[in-house]
Amino acid sequence: MSIPQPSYQGIFQRLQQHLPGAGIAWMSQMRDSALATLQQQGFPDTRMEAWKYTDLRSLGRHLFTPTTANREISTAQLEPWLFDQEPMHRLVFVDGRFAPQLSPLHALSGGVTLTSLAAALERHPAELEHRLGRTLDTQRPGFNAMNTAFLQDGAYLKLERQTVLDLPVHLLFISSGQTEHMATLRNVIMAAPGSAVTVIESWVALGDATCLSNTITEIMLEDNASLEHYKVVQEGDSATHIGDTSVYQQADSRFTSHSITLGGRLVRNDLDVCLDGHGAECALNGLTLTRGRQHVDNHTRIDHQQSHASSREYYKGILDDRSRTVFSGRIKVHPGAQKTTAQQNNHSLLLSADAEADARPQFEIYADDVQCTHGCTVGELDADALFYLRSRALDRESARNLLVYAFAADVLERMQQQPVRHYLEQQLARHLSGATARLQSAAWH
Amino acid sequence: MTVSNPQISRLLDQEYSAGFVTDIDADSVPPGLSEEVIRFISAKKQEPQFLLDWRLKAYRHWLSMPVPQWSSVHYPPIDYNAISYYSSPKSRGQAPASLEEVDPKLLDTYAKLGIPLAEQKQLAGVAVDAVFDSVSVATTFKDTLAEHGIIFCSFSEAVREHPDLVQQYLGSVVPPTDNFYASLNSAVFSDGSFVYVPKGVRCPMELSTYFRINAANTGQFERTLIIAEEGSYVSYLEGCTAPMRDENQLHAAVVELVALQDAQIRYSTVQNWYPGDSQGHGGIYNFVTKRGACRGDNAHISWTQVETGSAITWKYPSVILEGDNAVGEFYSVAMTNNYQQADTGTKMIHLGKNTRSTIISKGISARQGRNAYRGLVKVLKGAEGARNYTQCDSLLIGDRCGAHTFPYIEVKNPTARVEHEASTSRIGEEQLFYCQQRGLSAEDAVTLIVNGFCKQVFNELPMEFAVEAQKLLGINLEGVVG
Repeated sequence: MSIPQPSYQGIFQRLQQHLPGAGIAWMSQMRDSALATLQQQGFPDTRMEAWKYTDLRSLGRHLFTPTTANREISTAQLEPWLFDQEPMHRLVFVDGRFAPQLSPLHALSGGVTLTSLAAALERHPAELEHRLGRTLDTQRPGFNAMNTAFLQDGAYLKLERQTVLDLPVHLLFISSGQTEHMATLRNVIMAAPGSAVTVIESWVALGDATCLSNTITEIMLEDNASLEHYKVVQEGDSATHIGDTSVYQQADSRFTSHSITLGGRLVRNDLDVCLDGHGAECALNGLTLTRGRQHVDNHTRIDHQQSHASSREYYKGILDDRSRTVFSGRIKVHPGAQKTTAQQNNHSLLLSADAEADARPQFEIYADDVQCTHGCTVGELDADALFYLRSRALDRESARNLLVYAFAADVLERMQQQPVRHYLEQQLARHLSGATARLQSAAWH
Repeated sequence: MTVSNPQISRLLDQEYSAGFVTDIDADSVPPGLSEEVIRFISAKKQEPQFLLDWRLKAYRHWLSMPVPQWSSVHYPPIDYNAISYYSSPKSRGQAPASLEEVDPKLLDTYAKLGIPLAEQKQLAGVAVDAVFDSVSVATTFKDTLAEHGIIFCSFSEAVREHPDLVQQYLGSVVPPTDNFYASLNSAVFSDGSFVYVPKGVRCPMELSTYFRINAANTGQFERTLIIAEEGSYVSYLEGCTAPMRDENQLHAAVVELVALQDAQIRYSTVQNWYPGDSQGHGGIYNFVTKRGACRGDNAHISWTQVETGSAITWKYPSVILEGDNAVGEFYSVAMTNNYQQADTGTKMIHLGKNTRSTIISKGISARQGRNAYRGLVKVLKGAEGARNYTQCDSLLIGDRCGAHTFPYIEVKNPTARVEHEASTSRIGEEQLFYCQQRGLSAEDAVTLIVNGFCKQVFNELPMEFAVEAQKLLGINLEGVVG
């Protein structure tokens, strides 16, 4: 079951020697077998349950190629995405390649390793041998294999026991706008017992091009470790973003995710969390703003493997024009995972007659002493609320924008990082004023 | 076994009380499926040519279909050539003219199940079209219904007496190519019920059919067709029990409902097929396709089901809301005990303006029971102002059972309001303690709690059926529904 696609064999043979870890036997072996898997599996089609609402046929019409040349980008061009110059440890990647000249690191305290993955592969190959790809779900046909086969770079962050990193780590991935370009990135985050860190992933574009970002972030949180993870996707209007965040949590660890999707023609965010320790907690928040013909998928999966763990999910979507969003949230409570609490909420707001929201909240429960709830709504703005505001002299647009803003702010308010939150609030306001402008121009004609 | 409370445990252990075999010579075809068998069934039932052609077309299509694998139920592959596709009680030389002519053994069977036909005829005011294996053996109250112009008969009779109606509506809601088991049913269906309510008529009584599976190795493939003409109303009850058997038996029925403008159909089911023994051996595979179409404005279809039996229940009674302001409802209680599996739910397809649907699903799993709610709410572009409310709750008894929910929500119209809620929990120790502390026995306490859990659904059942449903649940599973 896969869509027709060109063969990636030729590109692989041409690039093989230029990809990181080329001299490492296990790495080459892993890439070879991944390529074989990719050729055999292909990209998934809509007959596969997990891809039922995601039509990838357009991807099969292109042969995406990773770049081997560095594209020059000035620091000034990064300005819009630097969160008002707030101090952060920053790694910048241009078209999938690490750009050290754009990545000034603040002094790192002891017990922290933060480098590019390529550098880590050179320096500590043995450490990565048993770590890379360990937590990945094999149910994601095609893309995981493609990521492994063509892996270019990514961030490598390792925290020793009890290390707390005060400044957040900002990973900025820029697409310079090359047609049929593929950026293949893999981030590895390992947090030893008692450590804590904040990581922000930004996916942005300088130009509009038909390109593909294939990204995987592997996160390993040991006992009592804590991570707040942001993923902000603002790819170009013709870009495809296929991202997988895979999290493995041990006892009493805490994971908070904020997944915000603002741009990209087709965006798919997979987020898999395995709670494999007593008392582990995760909170997954998401906000999607779509317009035009955008298609955004958020697929989450939470595995409650051990007892006394808790998970909370809060995803919202605001859809305009002819856009479409899909939310799929699977929660599995494994046998013996007693005293599990799981809450899931998904709300979609349709602003246009042509938008479509699909939702698929799912529970699989094999233990009895659990509290699991999910709630899901789809609808337009509440007429009563609109009337309330208009009766208080707000014009139609302001009333509408205020309600939409409040709907979205609900997710942003959950963020701890003020600079990121502030940035997103601005983006949201801009999105709404754009919608207003378009409505007004439509009214004039 | 970790059901901690000994009283609950004892209730769980209750034997299947409807398990006995009636000894009647059956006129069956040897096991196997081929065009010859279909021709035999069709000839035996003296069917018109169109129906034979229809069956053969369905059969040929069925041959090309893969066995569906997507559900959460597990069972060994079924050998469709090991099933006998036709069986009718031999004593039926001519159709009995009245209840007195019916084989007393059959009547006795029903009496053991607590549904004496004769008694019901007088006391309950319920007309019963009883299907014993594949052939309808007794139809009561036909005359009363005839006065109102209502046709209520076995499907075979409808084919003979009203072929035009059958031809017009058969397969119009569930096409013979719809799915694997619907196709199989279309090819080999043996009998079932047929209801036609004319324009503006309100059916004066609840119509009811009791299905029984009796002969071993006999799959049962009924087909029910209910047509409610403009402005009419009918309430239909379906009850199922089956005697104890070691082999798994396949039951693949199809139910089609057609409600025209301003018509209302209420379809209630209490399903108590043999669930298999406590080790998971035997039991019925209940793979049923049920679908209703609200063809006109303001049409109303509601499904109410209480599923307590069967080794595997796999069905999704659905409503296609075509007319404006049409209403679809689904109320379900599904209980699984021991190794029973249920994968059930509904589909609500909103096409017309201001269409409304309500889904209330209550799943109860005990021991290794597996219970899944799987549903689809689809609002199409033209369904201005559509409204859906879905609630599915699961109750877990024992730490080795499973409860799953797989709702699908697809909304293509911004004026639609779709809400879905689900929860999963067990009977709390505190709740039990609270009741016991007030003087209730543990058994009564559990009864009270589960009864409360299911109340929303029981309220939708017609009175007589609500009593029976509670009785069956009480005997059959936890004994906790009073």
